[in-house]
Amino acid sequence: MSWLARTIRKFAFFAGRDRRNRELEEEMAFHRGLSEQEMMAEGLSADDARYAAARQFGNDARLRDESAGITGLWCETVLHDLRFAVRQLRRNPGFAVTTILVLTLGIGAAVAIFSFVDAALIRPLPYQNPSRLAILYESIPLGPRFHLSYLDYLDWKAQNTVFSSLDVYAPFGFILETPAGSQQADGASVSAGFFRTLGVTPVLGRDLQPSDQQQNQPRTALLSYAAWQRRFGGRRDILGQSVTLDGNPTTIVGVLPRDFHFAPAEPADFWAIERSSGGCEKNRGCHDLFGVARLKPGVTFAAAFADIRRIADNLAREYPDSNRDQKAFMLPLTEAILGDIRPILLLVLTGAALLLVIAAVNVASLLLVRTERRRREMAVRGALGASRIRLIRQFVTEGLLLALASGLLGVALASGAADLLLHLVPKDMLATMPYLEQARPDAAVFAFAAAVSLAAGLFFSLLPALRISLSELREGLAEATRGSSGTVWRRFGSNLVILELAMAVVLLVGAGLLSKSLYRLLHTDIGMVPDHLALLQVAATGHSYDTAPQQVALERKLEARLSMLPGVRSVAFTTTLPLGDGDGTTGFTIVGMPPDKVHREVAFRRVSANYFSTLQARLVSGRWFAEDEGATRQRVVIINQQMATQYFPGQNPLGRQISFDADGKNAMQIVGIVNDVQEGQLDAAPRGAMYLPFLQNPGNFLAVVLRTTQPADALLPAASAAVHQVDPGLAVDRPITMTERLHDSPSASLHRCSAWILGAFATLALVLSVVGLYGVIAYSVSQRTREIGVRMALGAQRSSVYRMILREAGILTLLGILLGLMGSLAAAGLIGKLLFDVHAWDASTLVTVGILLAVAAMLASFLPARRAASVNPTEALHAE
Amino acid sequence: MVSSMAKRPDLLPGTLDMLILKTLSRGSMHGYGIALSIKRQSDDVLTVEEGSLYPALQRLLLQGWVKGEWKMTETNRRARYYTLTAAGRRQLGLELTQFEQMIAAIGRVLQDA
Repeated sequence: MSWLARTIRKFAFFAGRDRRNRELEEEMAFHRGLSEQEMMAEGLSADDARYAAARQFGNDARLRDESAGITGLWCETVLHDLRFAVRQLRRNPGFAVTTILVLTLGIGAAVAIFSFVDAALIRPLPYQNPSRLAILYESIPLGPRFHLSYLDYLDWKAQNTVFSSLDVYAPFGFILETPAGSQQADGASVSAGFFRTLGVTPVLGRDLQPSDQQQNQPRTALLSYAAWQRRFGGRRDILGQSVTLDGNPTTIVGVLPRDFHFAPAEPADFWAIERSSGGCEKNRGCHDLFGVARLKPGVTFAAAFADIRRIADNLAREYPDSNRDQKAFMLPLTEAILGDIRPILLLVLTGAALLLVIAAVNVASLLLVRTERRRREMAVRGALGASRIRLIRQFVTEGLLLALASGLLGVALASGAADLLLHLVPKDMLATMPYLEQARPDAAVFAFAAAVSLAAGLFFSLLPALRISLSELREGLAEATRGSSGTVWRRFGSNLVILELAMAVVLLVGAGLLSKSLYRLLHTDIGMVPDHLALLQVAATGHSYDTAPQQVALERKLEARLSMLPGVRSVAFTTTLPLGDGDGTTGFTIVGMPPDKVHREVAFRRVSANYFSTLQARLVSGRWFAEDEGATRQRVVIINQQMATQYFPGQNPLGRQISFDADGKNAMQIVGIVNDVQEGQLDAAPRGAMYLPFLQNPGNFLAVVLRTTQPADALLPAASAAVHQVDPGLAVDRPITMTERLHDSPSASLHRCSAWILGAFATLALVLSVVGLYGVIAYSVSQRTREIGVRMALGAQRSSVYRMILREAGILTLLGILLGLMGSLAAAGLIGKLLFDVHAWDASTLVTVGILLAVAAMLASFLPARRAASVNPTEALHAE
Repeated sequence: MVSSMAKRPDLLPGTLDMLILKTLSRGSMHGYGIALSIKRQSDDVLTVEEGSLYPALQRLLLQGWVKGEWKMTETNRRARYYTLTAAGRRQLGLELTQFEQMIAAIGRVLQDA
């Protein structure tokens, strides 16, 4: 019999199933009739014969069910189960809503977080074969990830034997001329082969070519897809058009793909060809580029790293003046892009998983309680002929139905939650993590959601099914078994609630540690008073600000104009704001010291005379710059405390001279020592820094710092307008307050995001686990009403009943807390490296969480305890 | 539940279909007749319980090995008579061969011991 013919016949059977059932019924009645006749012939009475025949025939309903199982379509019974399951849920809407809500929260949170994990860690980066790409840095004594110089890049490119191509890029802020005036535009400057190294082809127009780099050719740039849409309305005729970047006409030759991003240089609208602009390309000490390279087939990462280290060491020997102590450093591109975010994402995903388990356990507890209540129903159905497998299938159907409904709602919730989470991340920071914005429900996310829902569904269905065994089914008809099965459930439910409480503890500890760490981070000593400081950045391009006197004049004009603004107490300037990336460093020599083997490198800023007093930084010794310390006076410098202790150990640096040049020319005298103003990120170690007077070292880029008497943010629009009044051609960028800069700094933002997310998870976990505990205790009390009645009838005091119930809850809580604290310590490794100035085993956090959970748990068990204590013994004994 | 009432040895699993097919090879019969025939032929050793007979008949119908027809009995009552089909006859031959091979194999094993 072929499969096809049987299937066709099966469908025919299915179509005529009503007639077929009638026929079967008639056939069996006929059979019973004949059996009856036979037995009567053997001498039984009519009634006895009918009874014996029916007995011999067996369970009529079950027989029909079995026949239907043979001939019926599989989906028919599934539909029955499903209809029954829906009816069950509708009969008890409170239960249905609670379970679906709890589970939706759990699944929604997990799916939302997973969509970020998917976008960042699972989906490949939008390059050809991204695992073969590496980022190249120069490593200096200050740290490993610093820029390389153009000449070093050329040598690395020419001498290496391990890369099929090596190109450079540098994040770059351009001044874009627009009809509305100059504005800053984010961009990057890249060498001609940059996109070919990545394996990215423009969707429109052409790639950058080596010929574009030649001085006599017009400058060229590619547009990012987003910038093409936003700035140029997605017009195809943009190709060949010219824009003015930094005063240079630049031809747009192409548009990059929509999903292209390159986080190390983002945000970037314009990807312009790298073109030598001044002396930097001829100076090995001028570092302004990062390398990106593709490994040759078959070359391992370690071999490539060794090769460029060899080249860098050779260069250090060959050019000791500029390259001493400069080593090569290399990271896989994926590591460079995702290295910082990976531990955070994994931590948050772990949090979501814990929350999901708590939610699932909670729902399972509710289901188990319901199973207890449905024992009689199951027993009746079993007695009426439902086979065991059919009963279990009913549970499976109900469990899967719950999980499926929650899964669908969870996915919907997740897409909303993902948007909300993205808003939690400051815009500037999100721009540097473009892959996160591409978090969207794709196949992987749906597969994850389906897998999670299915696992939850099976968990829910098998738990109650395991509880119902055939022998118990029969007993279920008798009331007497209620007590014993109640005990079994109570034990099982208690174990689950311990697990829930433990996970809540782990989440609470995680959230607590991150919050404490965030607090420490935001209140760490940054060497200044950050409130009432307004900041904005001014770039002066074009040829009216090429010379030093013009630049000094501009600074004076800006100061005069800005200090006229109401609410401004003082106006100061610097070239690089504090709390940045800590870059902008320089090497130096100490005049009068033999040229030793040490390479000295510190951050380097040019500031106005009142910069430190405006920041309210502290003068350690010496003096601030004078207002008139200009080009005609002795060259001076202020150094910070770190630089003083690091490079002048046991000496007084005041009066000493330092120089940028190896031969000690253009020496500057140290006139003051300032406390360490944090130039890098909040969690960065203190670094040496030197400050030069702007008047002696002017430039055409100024960061303005205003100390205000009123809230600083109120002043920002007026300050921007005032700058434009001085010269409409000036580009004003990023007006912000110092407090915002502090709070939105990458380190603080990462901390805050993870603290918020984990905090939200922990809150939900606390509520769910406490509700779970309440459920277990309340159920236990309801099952023990009779026992309590007996105790009280025998003279037990209400207070001892209180104690009994509270002790039961207390033991569960204690076990949960202990297990959770141990779990937190075990999880310390996961969170440890994210913490600032807090240990993962921070005692005060652990104790606080323990107390919080204990108090919440006691409150939750107080209600059932009171109910137990108010049991009326006569009624309780009567009722049973 | 039904099986717990049986005191006689259970049928070897899988042999019921074969017994039904063999019984029907002697002519068409209704369900009660099949049960009765098996009981008599086996000298009351094999009792086909109604609980397994009708699901088995449904299964055979579905496989196309038997076909059912409603006819009147001698006592003028409506009953479904089952008849072996050509496919059913082939199947019976197949099952008999397999069964004989198995019995022979079991016999050999028991003789050895």
